[in-house]
Amino acid sequence: MQTRTIRLTSGADLDGFRAAIRHLVPAGVPPEAVTWVEGDAASLFAEDAPAEPGSALVLPRAVAELVPPVVMHRDPERYGLLHRLIWRVARGERHLAEVASDPLVHRLTLMRKAVARDLHKMHAFLRFRRSGAGEGGRERFAAWFEPEHHILAEAAPFFAARFPSFDWSILTPDGSAHWDGRALHVGPPGRREDVPEHDAFEAGWTDYYSSTFNPARTNLAAMRAEMPKKYWHNMPETAAIPGLVREAGRRVGEMIARAPEAPVKRVPARALAAMAAQEPASLEALNAVIRASEPLVPGATQAVLGEGPLGAAIALVGEQPGDQEDLQGRPFVGPAGQLLARALREAGIDRSQAYLTNAVKHFKFEVRGKRRIHQKPTAGEVAHYRWWLDRELAFVAPRLVVALGATAVLALTGRQVPITRARGPAAFEGKPYPGFVTVHPSYLLRLPDEARGEAYAGFVEDLRRAATLAADPASRVGMAG
Amino acid sequence: MDDALKKKLTILADAAKYDASCASSGAPRRKAEAGGLGSTTGAGICHAYTPDGRCVSLLKILLTNYCLFDCAYCVNRRSSNVRRAKFSVDEVVTLTVEFYKRNYIEGLFLSSGIIRSPDHTMEQLIRVAKTLRQRHGFRGYIHLKTIPEASPWLIEQAGLYADRLSINLELPTEASLERLAPEKDGAAIQTAMGQMGERILQAREEKRRFAPAGQSTQVIVGADASTDESLIRTSARLYDHYGLKRIYYSAFSPIPDAASILPSKSPPLQREHRLYQADWLMRYYAFSPDDVAGATESGMLALDVDPKLAWALRNRDRFPVDVNRADREMLLRVPGLGVRAVDKIVAARRHATLRLDDVARLTSGLKRARPFLVAADYAPTRLTDRLDLRARLAEPPRQLSLF
Repeated sequence: MQTRTIRLTSGADLDGFRAAIRHLVPAGVPPEAVTWVEGDAASLFAEDAPAEPGSALVLPRAVAELVPPVVMHRDPERYGLLHRLIWRVARGERHLAEVASDPLVHRLTLMRKAVARDLHKMHAFLRFRRSGAGEGGRERFAAWFEPEHHILAEAAPFFAARFPSFDWSILTPDGSAHWDGRALHVGPPGRREDVPEHDAFEAGWTDYYSSTFNPARTNLAAMRAEMPKKYWHNMPETAAIPGLVREAGRRVGEMIARAPEAPVKRVPARALAAMAAQEPASLEALNAVIRASEPLVPGATQAVLGEGPLGAAIALVGEQPGDQEDLQGRPFVGPAGQLLARALREAGIDRSQAYLTNAVKHFKFEVRGKRRIHQKPTAGEVAHYRWWLDRELAFVAPRLVVALGATAVLALTGRQVPITRARGPAAFEGKPYPGFVTVHPSYLLRLPDEARGEAYAGFVEDLRRAATLAADPASRVGMAG
Repeated sequence: MDDALKKKLTILADAAKYDASCASSGAPRRKAEAGGLGSTTGAGICHAYTPDGRCVSLLKILLTNYCLFDCAYCVNRRSSNVRRAKFSVDEVVTLTVEFYKRNYIEGLFLSSGIIRSPDHTMEQLIRVAKTLRQRHGFRGYIHLKTIPEASPWLIEQAGLYADRLSINLELPTEASLERLAPEKDGAAIQTAMGQMGERILQAREEKRRFAPAGQSTQVIVGADASTDESLIRTSARLYDHYGLKRIYYSAFSPIPDAASILPSKSPPLQREHRLYQADWLMRYYAFSPDDVAGATESGMLALDVDPKLAWALRNRDRFPVDVNRADREMLLRVPGLGVRAVDKIVAARRHATLRLDDVARLTSGLKRARPFLVAADYAPTRLTDRLDLRARLAEPPRQLSLF
């Protein structure tokens, strides 16, 4: 049989291999007839014998996925082994790559695993040192690393995704990779001497490494299995290992032998007492916490706090502040608030004597053009804010709480209930006050004109009933909960 | 890095190392934005290993080791005479960013002693995470230890910035907590876990970012009299009720300046190892807590054989299992066969009939598996009936201790 020599560039010449194999297999050239040679010269195969037109080589996915990592392996037999695999697949063993127990597949799988591990270890064990300022005052870092396989090109994008904001170079004996803030460039092999010898944070890092080691758990085999010695000389912290191991036995012995000591300090009784009193002790203290907190969904101008006297007979809970409330920092001052004010007046409730608040304290919106369109809070957001609502109402201690709309009901009961079913007097489970459910005034604003009049009258009637209940809780007896 | 900062780092890393978790897994894949810093890979990366064989993935430190609590097992309890230090928020941020840029770490695991109040302490932890995310565009991994005694809204704010949140159970029973950790309250811990579990689940449904890598906890092994069975049953309940991602078992280890109430001895590392194996059986091998309990001897897992082998030895009538025919579930019960080996067997046998040599190429645990399986060219010679099978398969006492 005539044997052929296929010359590929040194390193992981995936393109050269692909071009060659797309010719060899359809042309019926068996693996035994090919000698694969790596060299510095460019791959000449494509010129020697262009791929035969119309001889597409379609490989199963499992095979196609195996090829690139195996090509990165340093084993000189890698191309020949892949040729054997592809040859068998093309000759009818379509599922060969799934048969992990086949000796050839097994070997290739181990090679892929070794390459994956090398990649992972490069991502893990490479150490940058600061090497001065780069272009435009950007910071510059450099690293020296000696990968076991031809993985530099595969490994570099990870660093670009992670460290885009400074310039860096990774030098290896096989090649180099450089990032300038815009793109990755591949370059010639580097030298260890091209990377600075020190870094200002290395001593601190080594101290950290030493301190996080627990001598009572010393297990050198486990360490070496995951961090083989061949990587150590490029990792500054490993210089501490011999000392740590030498001292471990003594340190543990001392800890075990040492008799417990009496505490030097007195029991900090006052601090302990103060610690127990962290709960906000007043509505003002609670409001200070709310005011200082970040909105759960970013965007709101400020938290909108409740308003009204402590001990108010009636408390009304809405959904969340709207555009106007967000800007003014007060509840129920927008269109829905004005409608509510009118309804309260007609129901004979003095707004200044009622407590008004919202289930959610921050405005959530979507910007459309110049307008900020209200977005309904999710159940998760309502749950997040309910801690504050509960405490707030505990301080206000109203005789009755009116839930305006479904979000308020959800906040007060933890349950999604349709308003049409729950409307009227209600018992909020676990709450010390009786409840009353009605619609949110913004619902009335959304109704078509012809329906609004009647709905508004119903809303006023609800408020009137609620006021009666709040004035005389006894009148509640006998009502359905 | 100046000496004062280095000294603080030494003290506050030493104080944090008894927390077993260092995982950087479970976060969604993220890349840095232009001008930002950091990414997450999903599986996490261990950037170094210390001579105890443990992974160094995150900068694991305390904000301070001053503490008002007095938990007997803890090196930082208020009655301990250890050296104390306190980082400022900016110091932690600087260390995280500078270590991260040098590719030393995947991110930060921040915990703290309780100073002033649980709320005050929790606010400080949140400030660190928030500063990293907002001022430095940090997209790396952040694990915050949550203080269950803090107010519920603070616990929830932590989830806005952290990838993972954890609350340590520390001791599996209320009685032990009461005896060894007087300021802690078991009910409060479980309530906080439940609350966090709910929020994480809800946020996932609503596609909001909230602790995307879930929550974990740690239980100390060997500081009280709890049996392995009770630990495993507690774990099963925690996984079930609160959707925990991981439970860490931490062999109680001698600490400098130990409390007189606790035993001073080498940490029960082999027991810890068996508990992890049992935990894995429940999470990846479809073992029920009852299955695991059935493999214990008066509530304790055997130290000389792994829990799966112990179970198989107790259930010999279920073996041998034919690798060419048995369903996946039963193959997972074969000692020495891991999930990956089983999946490879299931894929390979669709196209080939497996002989013992083939199985040998798919697992490194053939020695343990052999008595329990049948292959095309192999059947055990009534091996499962042998009385000395356990002795033949037991590991020689392993050198897990110091030298």
